Amino acid sequence: MQTSTTRLQRRPRRIVVNVLYAIAMLSVVFFMLTPFLWMVLNAFKTPLQIIKLPPELIFTPTLRNFENVFGTQNFMRYITNSMIIGAGCTLIGLLIGLPAAYSIARHRQNRLALTILMARMVPGITFLVPLFIVFRTLGLVDTYTSLILTHMLVGLPFIVWVMVPFFESIPRELTEAAVVDGASAVRAFVSVVLPLSGPGIVTASILSFVFSWNNFMFSIVLASSRTRTVPVAIYNFISYAQIDWGGLMAAAVVITLPVLVLAIVTQRYVIRGLTAGAIKG
Amino acid sequence: MITRFIDRHQRWLFPAPAVIFIVVMMIFPLGFTLWNSFSGWSLTAGRPNTFIGPQNYFDLLRDARFWNAVLNTFYFTALAMAVELALGVAMALLIDARDYPGKRIVTSLLLLPMMATPVAVAMVWLLMFEPTAGVINFVFGQLGLPKQLWIAGSSSVIPSLVLVDVWEWTPLITLIVLAGLAGLPSEPFEAARVDGASYGQTLWRVTLPMLLPTISVAGLLRFIDCIKTFDIIYGMTGGGPGFSSETLNIYTYNQAFYYFNFGYASALLVIFFTIVSGVSLLVAYSRRRLEV
Repeated sequence: MQTSTTRLQRRPRRIVVNVLYAIAMLSVVFFMLTPFLWMVLNAFKTPLQIIKLPPELIFTPTLRNFENVFGTQNFMRYITNSMIIGAGCTLIGLLIGLPAAYSIARHRQNRLALTILMARMVPGITFLVPLFIVFRTLGLVDTYTSLILTHMLVGLPFIVWVMVPFFESIPRELTEAAVVDGASAVRAFVSVVLPLSGPGIVTASILSFVFSWNNFMFSIVLASSRTRTVPVAIYNFISYAQIDWGGLMAAAVVITLPVLVLAIVTQRYVIRGLTAGAIKG
Repeated sequence: MITRFIDRHQRWLFPAPAVIFIVVMMIFPLGFTLWNSFSGWSLTAGRPNTFIGPQNYFDLLRDARFWNAVLNTFYFTALAMAVELALGVAMALLIDARDYPGKRIVTSLLLLPMMATPVAVAMVWLLMFEPTAGVINFVFGQLGLPKQLWIAGSSSVIPSLVLVDVWEWTPLITLIVLAGLAGLPSEPFEAARVDGASYGQTLWRVTLPMLLPTISVAGLLRFIDCIKTFDIIYGMTGGGPGFSSETLNIYTYNQAFYYFNFGYASALLVIFFTIVSGVSLLVAYSRRRLEV
């Protein structure tokens, strides 16, 4: 008797729980996507449509904002700057980070690993103020050199962080066999270890590039007319008396879209890279 | 000959370029900052780079704007961390609770807020927070709620900035906890089921205690980033209105790159650095105590 009533009651309760679950999930997704939706919608609106209340969700889109961003604002130049700095910071980061990570993994150089991870912990401004003084003296402010070097403070820890556990998982016997066959240490690393590390290198490169692309603080101090990057360019939009919201949103779309596409396409690696240190620790 | 040399010394030759980078770009700047913090160097006040002893530190102790920045930093960090940890764990448990088609899509959506360029995101929130034409106050009005000043009000500015940080970084906690959940052994859950434990009992007595190490690492990661939040604060308020959202990071930035008081800014940096490493070490230490 007791059991049959609970079984009868259970079915509607299960439906209610499922509906509540769906509502909770949808509100999470809605909360996460609304700012992106708002960014894209307003990028295609005229100034009058943007301040209109209630906001229109269906309207005739205009491309004026994008024409403005690429025409009068010279945004292509900033995108190129960001690309050069991001690629430079990632390539040099890999060049010095990969052998270091390999050495840390093979020889358990934990103190070195901790020092590199310190760059992740210490507020960037601690390095930025003294480095600005140095770069100013050397005439390196507003050059790719100073921007790439400072962005590496962000990229290098990611590269080491992702690669150390990766190299640890590659069996030592493989390199030892290569050395027995007469390969040098460098040769064994380049032609045995690196080809097996594709996914790790992809993850590390994406994280390093994206966090350089997104970087604001180093760039706003060190970049001006010649090397201005996209986050600084978008910030400069609001320094005018009248904010051009349409242009601002169009610029936001232009600089966020490539990063989001990159993140979605390679999500499996990126999730692993962002959470790697946490799970191991 | 050269390869033989490399082979013999690979232990330090492989990491050598990285070590040089660390010395030039990290250790030297830290030492230089410590040295500068005893200097009266200021471009705006026209003071040269001369040694003045610990005067900057004495000045800091009497600087109301410094104490205001300390309070703002801890207020922002504590509020953001509390909300993000609670929401992040709840979202992970929610996502983990059921299997359905399209679940993978939800996890990949989680990546979007934290990969998106923070300054671009800050600009979108600026438009949404706009007191008269913004959509958030419009929705509040429709729901019969009082309209808020958001980032334009001195008491609502930090909670509003926390909302943006929560939107941006809660997914990271969710992803870490999801990975932690996937790594938990299944035996304790089976034992709990056999013993007839309810969902709530299993959650409090089994799941959460086993997740505690994962949650504390996620918390430490968030602490490290929250306390130095720059992009969204500088991008949306610049520390205002007045100084009501000026955190240590923003105040140091202003001292260094707005007033060009390099000496005073360096003393601020030393204090800021000490606070961050102190709390991190404390958390790392207490974590070890917890596990042993």
